[in-house]
Amino acid sequence: MKPAPFVRHVPRTLQQALAILSQVAGQDGRILAGGQSLVPIMAFRLAKPAHLIDINEVAGLDRLESDGKVLSIGARVRHAAFHAPVTDNRLAALLTYVARHIAHYPIRMRGTFCGSLAHADPASEWCLTAATLGATMVAMSQRGTREIAASDFFEGIMSTALADDELLAEVRLPLLTPDAKFGFYEFNRRAGDFAMAASLVTYSLVNGKMAQARVGVGGAEPSPRRIEEAEAALNGQSPDDDAFRAAAQAASDAVDPLEDHQTNAEYRRDLVRVVVRRALEHSLT
Amino acid sequence: MTAHTKGTGMKWVGRAIRRLEDPALVTGQGHFTADLPAEHWVRFVRSPNAAGTIDSIKAPDGAMLITAADLKAVKKITPMLHKFEYRPVGQSILADGIVRYVGEAVAAIVAPSEEEAEDIADLVELNIGATAPVVDARDALSAGAPQIHAEAPGNVILKGEVKTAGFDGVWTSAAKIVKVDARSHRQNATPMEARAAHAAYDKASGRVTLTCTTQMPHLMRTAIADLLGIAESDLRVIAPDVGGGFGQKMSLCAEYVLLVWLALRLKSSVAWTEDRRENLIASFHSRDQYIALEGAFDKDAKLLALRADVVSNVGAYSCFPTTSGVEPLMAMAEMPGPYDVQQYQCLARGVLTNTCTMAAYRGVSRPIITFTLERLMDKAAKAFHLDPVDIRRRNLIDKFPYTSATGLIYDEATYKQTLEMAVHEIDLPAFRLRQKEARAKGRYLGIGFATFSERTGYGSPAFAARGMAITPGWETVHVSVDPSGYVEARIGSSPHGQGLRTTLAQIIADELGIPPDLIKVVHGDTDTAPYGWGTFASRSLVISGGATLIAARKVRAKLIKIASHMLEAAESDIVLEDGAAKVAGTDRSVTVATMAREIYTQTHRFKGELEPGISESGTYDPPGTFSNACHIAIVELDPETGHVKVDRYLVAEDAGRIINPMIADGQVHGGIAQGLGNALLEEIVYDESGGILTANLADYMPPTAREMPHIELHHMETPSTQSITKAKGLGEGGTIGAPAALLNAINDALTPFGVEIDTIPATPQRIRAALRAAEQATKKSA
Repeated sequence: MKPAPFVRHVPRTLQQALAILSQVAGQDGRILAGGQSLVPIMAFRLAKPAHLIDINEVAGLDRLESDGKVLSIGARVRHAAFHAPVTDNRLAALLTYVARHIAHYPIRMRGTFCGSLAHADPASEWCLTAATLGATMVAMSQRGTREIAASDFFEGIMSTALADDELLAEVRLPLLTPDAKFGFYEFNRRAGDFAMAASLVTYSLVNGKMAQARVGVGGAEPSPRRIEEAEAALNGQSPDDDAFRAAAQAASDAVDPLEDHQTNAEYRRDLVRVVVRRALEHSLT
Repeated sequence: MTAHTKGTGMKWVGRAIRRLEDPALVTGQGHFTADLPAEHWVRFVRSPNAAGTIDSIKAPDGAMLITAADLKAVKKITPMLHKFEYRPVGQSILADGIVRYVGEAVAAIVAPSEEEAEDIADLVELNIGATAPVVDARDALSAGAPQIHAEAPGNVILKGEVKTAGFDGVWTSAAKIVKVDARSHRQNATPMEARAAHAAYDKASGRVTLTCTTQMPHLMRTAIADLLGIAESDLRVIAPDVGGGFGQKMSLCAEYVLLVWLALRLKSSVAWTEDRRENLIASFHSRDQYIALEGAFDKDAKLLALRADVVSNVGAYSCFPTTSGVEPLMAMAEMPGPYDVQQYQCLARGVLTNTCTMAAYRGVSRPIITFTLERLMDKAAKAFHLDPVDIRRRNLIDKFPYTSATGLIYDEATYKQTLEMAVHEIDLPAFRLRQKEARAKGRYLGIGFATFSERTGYGSPAFAARGMAITPGWETVHVSVDPSGYVEARIGSSPHGQGLRTTLAQIIADELGIPPDLIKVVHGDTDTAPYGWGTFASRSLVISGGATLIAARKVRAKLIKIASHMLEAAESDIVLEDGAAKVAGTDRSVTVATMAREIYTQTHRFKGELEPGISESGTYDPPGTFSNACHIAIVELDPETGHVKVDRYLVAEDAGRIINPMIADGQVHGGIAQGLGNALLEEIVYDESGGILTANLADYMPPTAREMPHIELHHMETPSTQSITKAKGLGEGGTIGAPAALLNAINDALTPFGVEIDTIPATPQRIRAALRAAEQATKKSA
């Protein structure tokens, strides 16, 4: 359980990092940030990158700030940065609640928000967050900078729209309105394990009725996504048990479930139904 | 001298003193196999196919590749049983032409470092002509199934049958027959330290020292010397600190044999450290069984007869020394458990499959037979409209000694008393009220009981009864006092976490009047320890403890004789306490250190009446003694997800005299953690092609601290008459009781839904599947 041989590069500037990435992109060059997903799969030799570009010394990538519209999260920001609210916006409370479901404390001290998105594990809490809230990914390469919408970013299990020579330098999350409601629920067999299904929901209340509902489901399909059918079941309804159950059932019906040895399709649909309803119930607490 | 005990006359046995082995371990000063430097490192190339023939193996140019072709002079590992239609099958050290499971070692790469060995092994081209495998034991029994070994037609490696004389008559007269179809899926013992070995050749003596993580160093020496055709005296085996074994490390692994062969061939040192993936796919597995059990009851719910069909998946090869009879034969012998039932019929088969070889794992079969039998009792309680406690009261053994239907002799135990104690402590009426209130709110609580016997500390006759070619059983201990007055016990047992250095020192301390921290217990080195069988099967405290007591009593007698000479007093007037011999009722005394100095260096003073030195030996080979316990689990089951949370766990147990209560409690805690994993979480999953889907600790799920409930322990002490220390073993009880208690609790919680689950692990997917089927049936009928 030792990684295959690789060369580690330690750039100090973003330009150096992008230059090296451009050179080694063709040889399965990978970005190393927290290493909490990449290093284990290298140890199993499921990944054998010839080059690692360690960005832990790159200045400026630890940016974590809000401009009043979006929260910008740099490539070196660790999960643990969200253990306490990072702004007074409602989004910060959401991120703090979600963060404590990520793996275990030592992992949260090393792993990064952007690394989690670039890795694109179907069960990742941050991928679910990005997909649900409509994050914008800022991809940089020597060729330039481009922005990718979350709905275009996730392409499947551990697969994203990033090109081989692109670094996910920053992720921008839209801030929430002060009256926004959010709820989150995930199911796993042991504390800290990958979610077998997870849901994040947000909505506003207009005259006591739900509006702008977002219902995200993770861990159930190759990529996390918003479930329109469930959102439609909420918008215009009161936030009550009937509406929540209807949305949960709609989500369960809408997903095309991933299967594995501990979760067949029927069971995954059961779990989607449960996590969506419980996330909605959580929004009321 | 520990001041607070001086002159108090307090006994050391029975006290929760801290473990003498812990300071080194908790400060990182322990010695583990993988710490040793080596000139050469090995990486095994393992089969990606469950069945097939090896067409070619090609390593990169310049690599040192070892295959079966290099090992023609090495015998195959061929464990032997002389009973039960056992078919001996051999295992080559490296697969010889045929592969039989995913993970089987096919070749070895030898390189200057562990990393280089792995890199080169990665480049080995292995061409295997894959054939159809069979992974499930019932499939392997079916007509036309692939044959794993030509020597075992129909894939049956052994078959045990028993039927008591009066069985048929009783069976037909029964008021009710209750049945359970139990399934225990496959598990891995998952020791914290996976396997590791280091073999070093000594050019001066021509000997090889094998340091390895094992539970039985002497038997490793015997087996490996035999396979390689060398003198046992040319092989030294050391078990240094060992990070858990749980049975997985009591079997001989082919990898260790290869390491010794390589050290001899290279005249150098060579090492191998198993990684977790290898451990999960290629170290020994366990527990994979089907048991169909029927109980015949009279009209008063008294169990009259049991009929069992045990199908045990033993994997691709037989394990040494126990053979693959270890699971099915123990199931057959101990199925009746703690209940008074004199009529019994059983068919127990060990079935070969294209899966990793099965070996002992803490509890051996009894976690499964106890879970099966306890499910049967709960089903019977339902059938008779009785409380689960009542049906157990009607059937538990309460007259001793009791001879079971299979001829086992149960010594005095407290089956009924521990049940009553546990039921009292849990406050059953209060729980039933709480359960009722919770159900009204849509919350589902359940309570589960498990009463069981734990056969421990059995000597060689028990193994001989199985027809084993090798019958481990006795233990020898040498206790000596050196010229400085310090005491040393050399033992053949090989503790690896059980705290034996402490408990044996407590036993010696009471005999010699010396505190335990002045007593050294030496083990795990075939050059310094007497031949012994190691540590497994809840035996060491009973058997090695008994041998220790015998040897310590001889040392005590010698010290009294020496004191009698030196103090010119009658032996009957001498007492040993506070590190000295004293003449009772006087101020005359002589320290152990002075006596020891005299008997070694001033031997002439004893006028030829005493031999020089102080060194005595004790050997003990007891018949076995039964511990017992009642476990109660309270769970909350989430019917929407199938998740089970353990709210409360209570144990009332009796393991005879307790030498060190803290160590005893630790054994129960650890056992329950593994039992909880077996019951709820842990499962090695093979796909149809024989590939393993659970090859890491994210997919194979031992419980973590956060899944463990607080465990409440209550003790009774019934001193054993079958053990000279009066202690019974207790290493496996936690693992034995937990699956039964938890599955009964889950089924109690499921009662309102009308579904039952008789499979371990009871995963949330399985629980949901049962509930979903019931929901759909309700919808259809509505």
